[in-house]
Amino acid sequence: MSMAEAISRFVKPGCHLSIGGFTLNRNPMAAVYEIIRQRIDNLHLYAHSNGQGVDELIGAGCVRAIEIAYGGNGRFAPTCIRFRKAIETGQIHFEDYSNYQMTLRFMAGAMGVPFLPTTSGLGTDILQKWGFSPEFREAETRLPREKLLVMDNPFRRQDEDPPKVVLLPAVNPDVTIIHVQKAGREGTVSINGLTFADVEQAKAARHLIVSCEELVEEDEMRLEPGENQLPFFLVDAVVHQFYGAYPTACYGCYDYDPQFLKMYQRLAKDDALYASYLGEYVYGVDNHQQLCDLVGREQLQRIRAVNPQGYAAGLDRR
Amino acid sequence: MMDYTLTEMMAVVAAREIRDEEIVFCGTGISMLAAMAAKHISAPRSVIFFETGAIDSLLEEIPLAVADSRVMYHTALNGGLADAFATMQNPFTGPRVVGILGAAQIDPFGNLNSTAIGDYDQPRIRFSGSGGACDVASFVGRTIIFMRQVKGRFVEKLDYLTSPGYLDGNGSRQRAGLRPGGPELVVTDKAVFRFDEKSKRMYLAGYYPGIKVAEIMETVEFPLDCNRAVPVPAVTDKELQILRQKCDPQGLIR
Repeated sequence: MSMAEAISRFVKPGCHLSIGGFTLNRNPMAAVYEIIRQRIDNLHLYAHSNGQGVDELIGAGCVRAIEIAYGGNGRFAPTCIRFRKAIETGQIHFEDYSNYQMTLRFMAGAMGVPFLPTTSGLGTDILQKWGFSPEFREAETRLPREKLLVMDNPFRRQDEDPPKVVLLPAVNPDVTIIHVQKAGREGTVSINGLTFADVEQAKAARHLIVSCEELVEEDEMRLEPGENQLPFFLVDAVVHQFYGAYPTACYGCYDYDPQFLKMYQRLAKDDALYASYLGEYVYGVDNHQQLCDLVGREQLQRIRAVNPQGYAAGLDRR
Repeated sequence: MMDYTLTEMMAVVAAREIRDEEIVFCGTGISMLAAMAAKHISAPRSVIFFETGAIDSLLEEIPLAVADSRVMYHTALNGGLADAFATMQNPFTGPRVVGILGAAQIDPFGNLNSTAIGDYDQPRIRFSGSGGACDVASFVGRTIIFMRQVKGRFVEKLDYLTSPGYLDGNGSRQRAGLRPGGPELVVTDKAVFRFDEKSKRMYLAGYYPGIKVAEIMETVEFPLDCNRAVPVPAVTDKELQILRQKCDPQGLIR
C-alpha cells in the first residue's frame, strides 16, 4: 500500500493517534509528513518521548490535544520548539505524564485492562496539576474523567510494602504508526536495536500502520522468528518506505541528519520561516521520496550507517 | 595545568562520585559525559543504563540523545522503556541504580522542576516535561543532580514539582509512599551541594577553584548553610585527558 493510501484510509480528522520511535530515532516521519500534507487535523495525540514527529505534527496545526511525557529532541531541541510555542500560546490542550506512566498506559491498552499501577510520581505535581479541564474531559467522552488516581495498596502487609500506588488509565489509540527496519508482506515486524515503547503502542491500537525500510516475503520473516516483535495479524497496512524515519535515525540503516535537524531548529523558532519550511519540505513535495531527492543523495549517503556500529561513525554532528 | 571548561569540571565532579559496580542511569549531555568518565576514573565496572532500554552500551561516540543509535551498539541487550523503568522500580535492582538528572529549578529539598516556569496552564516558559526523570527520582537508590548556578534556579518553591527529592523533608518522602532514596549531590558550574542527614535540607558542600561563597549565595533564593563548605579539587590533567580523548574526542559537549 502507498503511504498516501494508508494515511487517508486510517487516519481521520479528530482521531486518537500514537506514533512510534523516541526523540531523534525511528519516528515514522514519512507518515507524519503525509498526515500534514493531507491536512488531517484535530488529532488527539498520545506520546511518551516521540520527539521530532510530535513537534512537526503540532507545528503544522494537526494536533488539538496531546498527552505527553517529554517534548524534547536531545541536543537538537532540549524543548521541542513548536511544542513549546503551542503550549505557551494556549494553542493545544495538554496533559503531562512521565515516560513510565505513558508506557504503562499503552501497556494497559495492549493488555485490555482499564489501568496499571506504579509508585512513580507520588508527591509530585504530575498528580496534583491536571492539564485538561474537567469540561474538556467531560465533553471528550472517550477520555477517562480522571487524569490518574491514587489508591492505597490493597495487598499491603509489611512496613516495606508500598503504602500507595498511582493508577494510570489505559490508552487505546485509533491508530498507531511505527517505522521499522524490516517487515514481511503480510505485516510481521522485526525491529533492530531498541524497541522503545513501539510494541506496546502497536498492540494498544485499533489499527496499526507499519512502514519499513526492507519489505520481504513473509516466509523470510519465519527464518529467525526470535527477531520478530509483532505478528502479521495486528497490522492493517504495510508501507515499503525507504528512509521512512528520515530525518530521524533508523538503527543499522542510517543516522539522524544533524544538518536537517539543525535547520529545522533554526526555522521552527520563527513563524514565517516555519511556514516557508513547511512550504518547501512538506507541502512542496508529493511524497517522502521527493523529500529525499530534495535533501540529495550525497547527504543521505553521508548519514548511511556502517557495520557493525549501526550508525554513521565519524559523522560531523556539531 | 591545562584549561578545562566548567562543563568538564561538572562532569568530573559527578564522575568521581559514582561507585564501582553501580548501575548508572543517565540522560543526555553532561550526564552522559559524567557516566562515561566514571568508567575511566572511579568506577570501571559501573554499568551505563538508558531509560530507552539500552544496557551497558559500548559508547565509541557520545550520543546526543538517549535514543541515539550510538547507545544501541554492543549492548548487553536492547530492550524498551517498559523493561528499563521496571528495572528501576524493582525492589532488588532499583536500589543499585544511581540516577543522574538535570532540571530548570531545584528547591531546598532537592525536588526538581523540568516542566514549566509560571502558570502551568499557560506558562511563561515551557520545558520538555518529566520524560523519565520523575520515574527515576521516584524509584532509584540515589540521584546526582546537575544545575546551572544562575538566578531563578535555586528557589524556595518550585513552579511545578516534576521529580521528587525529599518533598518537604523530615520523612515526607516515605510518607508520600516513595522508597527511601533521593538526591545525594547537586553539581553546578560553581559549587556542589549535599543534603543534611536529618533535616534533608540542602547545604553548600564545596566550591570550585576561584569561586567565592558570596558569589554562589547570590543565586540561591533560600537560606543555606555554608559552614560545611570546602574547596573542590580542580580537574586533573589525567581527568581532562580522559574526557577529551576517551569520552568525547569530537568535542560535542564542552
